[in-house]
Amino acid sequence: MLAQLAQSVGEFVRPPIDWHAAAPELTLLGVGALLTMMDIVWLERGRRLAPLLASLGLLATMVPIVTLAVDGADRSMFNGAFVVDNYALLMKALFVLSGYVVVLLSTNYIAEGDYWENEYYGLLLSSVLGMVLMASARDLITIFVALELLSIPAYMLATWRKRDLKSNEAGLKYYLMGVFASAIMLYGMSLLYGGAGSTLLVDIDEAISAADSPSSVIVLGIIFVIIGFAFKVSAFPFHTWAPDTYEGAPTPVTAFLSVASKAAGFVALMNLLFVGFFGRDDVYEPVLWILAAASMTVGNLIALRQTNVVRMLAYSGVAQAGYMLAPLAVASAVGDAALEATVTYLVVYAAMNLGAFAVVMAVARKTRSAEIESFRGLFHYAPGLTVAMTIFLFSLAGIPPLGGWWAKFRVMEAVIDANTASGVVIGVFVAVNSVIALYYYARIGLGMWAEEAPDGDVTPVRVTPSLMAALGITAGITLAFGVYPQLISDFDVSLLAGIGG
Amino acid sequence: MDPIAGNDWMLTALVFAPLAGALVMALFPKEEEGLHKQLALVTSLITLGLGVWLLVDFDYGSAGRIQHWLDKEWIEVIGAGYTIGVDGMSLPLIALTVLVMPLVFVYSWDHIPSPGNAKAFLMLMLILETGMIGTFVAQDLILFFVFFEVVLLPMFFMIAVWGGEDRRYASLKFFLYTLFGSALMLLGFLALFFLSADSLGEHTFNMVDLTNNAGMGIARSSQLLIFGGMFLGFGVKVPMFPFHTWLPDAHTQAPTQGSVILAAVLLKLGTYGFIRIAIPMLPEAAEAWAPYIGLLAVIGIIYGALGCLAQTDMKRLIAFSSVAHMGFVMLGIATLTDFGINAAIFGMVAHGLITGMLFFIAGSVKERYHTLEISRLGGMLVQAPHLGWILGFTAMASLGLPGLAGFWGEFPAILSAYNPANGLAEETFRGYMVVAAVGTVLAAGYLLWLLQRTAMGEPPEEFKNDPEITDVNTFEWIAWTPLLFLIVLFGVAPGLIFEVTDPAVVESLNNCLQLPDGCDGVADAAQAASGG
Repeated sequence: MLAQLAQSVGEFVRPPIDWHAAAPELTLLGVGALLTMMDIVWLERGRRLAPLLASLGLLATMVPIVTLAVDGADRSMFNGAFVVDNYALLMKALFVLSGYVVVLLSTNYIAEGDYWENEYYGLLLSSVLGMVLMASARDLITIFVALELLSIPAYMLATWRKRDLKSNEAGLKYYLMGVFASAIMLYGMSLLYGGAGSTLLVDIDEAISAADSPSSVIVLGIIFVIIGFAFKVSAFPFHTWAPDTYEGAPTPVTAFLSVASKAAGFVALMNLLFVGFFGRDDVYEPVLWILAAASMTVGNLIALRQTNVVRMLAYSGVAQAGYMLAPLAVASAVGDAALEATVTYLVVYAAMNLGAFAVVMAVARKTRSAEIESFRGLFHYAPGLTVAMTIFLFSLAGIPPLGGWWAKFRVMEAVIDANTASGVVIGVFVAVNSVIALYYYARIGLGMWAEEAPDGDVTPVRVTPSLMAALGITAGITLAFGVYPQLISDFDVSLLAGIGG
Repeated sequence: MDPIAGNDWMLTALVFAPLAGALVMALFPKEEEGLHKQLALVTSLITLGLGVWLLVDFDYGSAGRIQHWLDKEWIEVIGAGYTIGVDGMSLPLIALTVLVMPLVFVYSWDHIPSPGNAKAFLMLMLILETGMIGTFVAQDLILFFVFFEVVLLPMFFMIAVWGGEDRRYASLKFFLYTLFGSALMLLGFLALFFLSADSLGEHTFNMVDLTNNAGMGIARSSQLLIFGGMFLGFGVKVPMFPFHTWLPDAHTQAPTQGSVILAAVLLKLGTYGFIRIAIPMLPEAAEAWAPYIGLLAVIGIIYGALGCLAQTDMKRLIAFSSVAHMGFVMLGIATLTDFGINAAIFGMVAHGLITGMLFFIAGSVKERYHTLEISRLGGMLVQAPHLGWILGFTAMASLGLPGLAGFWGEFPAILSAYNPANGLAEETFRGYMVVAAVGTVLAAGYLLWLLQRTAMGEPPEEFKNDPEITDVNTFEWIAWTPLLFLIVLFGVAPGLIFEVTDPAVVESLNNCLQLPDGCDGVADAAQAASGG
């Protein structure tokens, strides 16, 4: 009988592998392995090289990404489970560059805190690897593997300040919520597989779009999967882990979670929506609409009351997730325009949010505090940092000519383009919420510029070279995108073209 | 009419010269205050020079057409261009901006408000100037929006850092109000962008194309909503009753320079938006909204005047008088006639000169008396006669005395309400006219009363022998003389402005508003065409 079974399966044939397409992942894997090996062989002696090696590895990963982009051809492997197209490449570049900035942020923080270094960078790289893989994943299994690959290292990174109770709490909370979300999502995936008979997103779309009204299995499957990723992107009401985790985790890790991890969640969500569920807009659009409207409103309202800048950024991140979800809620009417809007937002958000965290870290080096109070009077002793923080905060608020305005503009453009009542209403939500959000961003601006430093302490802040580099990169990008938005609009991203939608 | 291509970079230089100056200033340490003051003044003088060149180079024979037109690609993905140009509607406002700014910098020479830091203060004002000029030359909705918003941050920080006691509250209020308006305005722009694509054949933010299209192919209900979004954006900026509450706070708390710029130029961004964007692009909706705009305008006139009568603070009183004066401007605009809109543009310039001047005076009074409490002031004519006389002169101009600039802003605006555009109810607007006329009486009342209480009589005990109360100093004379001169000049020769603006205004109304029945005529004509 076994023989019979073996015969029916046939001999295993390795599917053809396009090494060029897989090169970014392989590079990251190689450098991550090298870091781990270094730790085993050299023990503590290698720790000073770790950040250097990690950043070089990330920059090296950009090489195949760029060559693939120059080549321009869409590539597909494993029956379409792994796809490399413009969209995937843009997102991969986003993850890798965010990872690079996070390494810059971590360099002094981790060394001076006397934490394990080689492991830290090894885990960081493997998390980035998961994200890079996610950008290409077009299959339920691949998506799930990528998700776990990016999440599990992140759980550990969140607890890196192991002598601090808050950091332990941060990691544990993140872990419990994360696995809970994974479980829900996996259950949803199993329902989808049961309903559609395939794990390939393209097949799923074909199977579930045909019927006039979806079966309850499919409805439940889609909703569960969306909820799973709503945790990842910290959309209301699945955001509860974010403030505590952000506050307790080491600040570079917080920056990483709030930017790269959130972007990875969005990438997965967009892959699923545009390739897998696109025909079932009657199911996902109402869900996303409610998530978007609730996230931006609740996130902003709670952010108003925060006294800690990291927690404030956490809640503002919930609100920002709402803005990014908004175009997806009208995806069926505008197609790829919604994708472009969300992708643009993710790219701009990465620059401005990483920058904001860089300033928070630089200031905390002096004040040892992330309370909003501690930013008072910053202008008197650190004008450069103040201008940088002003740029990032008002970019987050969406004031031209800073990058954030273009991101918000794309979102509004997409929802108005839909030309439906629900689109216009969510547009008004975005507009009104921008005003609410301005209040808490501007309040920090006011404190920095218009108030006196607490205790009159005006000793200057020493900014380390790596932090300076991170600030320069993020501020430059934020300004450049705002003044000349065409820079991020030249990438012709599309997920629908591939499936003829 | 087609714009006149002038493939030169003159306007671009005019817009970005102040910004370039600010960047140069950034290179020097903040301790060198004198150098920064010189740099800022020189930059604004260069900008003024470019502005004068523009005035000379402008072809007044075709003031109705957009000149120095430059159309470069900027954000291709949405078809937004770096599109700029000037016509008779924007020219006076650009001239006003480039004139006022050097005066403000001269005034700043010995008036850097607490807590100092001349570098940052002057840089912010230069950035502000770029934003303001940019708004007046933009011929693309997105470019307009960006410049319109660029002015927010510098103004916010000017009030927040260099303002009075309540500066934090006032600056946040200013910022939140204006952002609220402009966020909804942006939604309106986007809807206009998508909906006018049907009849234009392409998606465009080009303001000339959208003006020529004049809302064709957009359902009436959508037009009304889009106009509503723009109305909020521009109406908050003007500010119109009931969105005016940010203005008294912002004015009262802002440093003198901030108040002057706010009154002289910033408020005009809103009214300019109405006549450049909202009305020409959506005439049908404008006709439907006009009675309500007119109503809010006359409420603003009366409310502002009554507010003035109740004020105890001189700066706050001037701020409320702005609400009233902008009410006259909006009334002129609401008539949708060329007569009314010309009057409105004149009113903008006149208000800019006169109210800017009044805020200068208020700043100087505050510096001498350390208070603006009207009940504590008095006898200025005795202690500082020139200052007192200048206050009297400017108050006369502000209340609309014939022969001074203020008259030509108010009187024609009132007159235009007698005969509003075709399709608007005459009875309604004649009613507004009567109310507005009452407003001028109240204006005379509060301004003369102000003058009587502050300038006349004997100096009060507490200031009698105060050595700080001196007469107008050199810097003040240099900063103020041009304003005083222009107030007289435009008072005796209003044609200088009217002749420039009129062709452009006529051109911008060259749509359904010119039909015998107003925009209802379009529907009739369409019906007749389909019926026949």
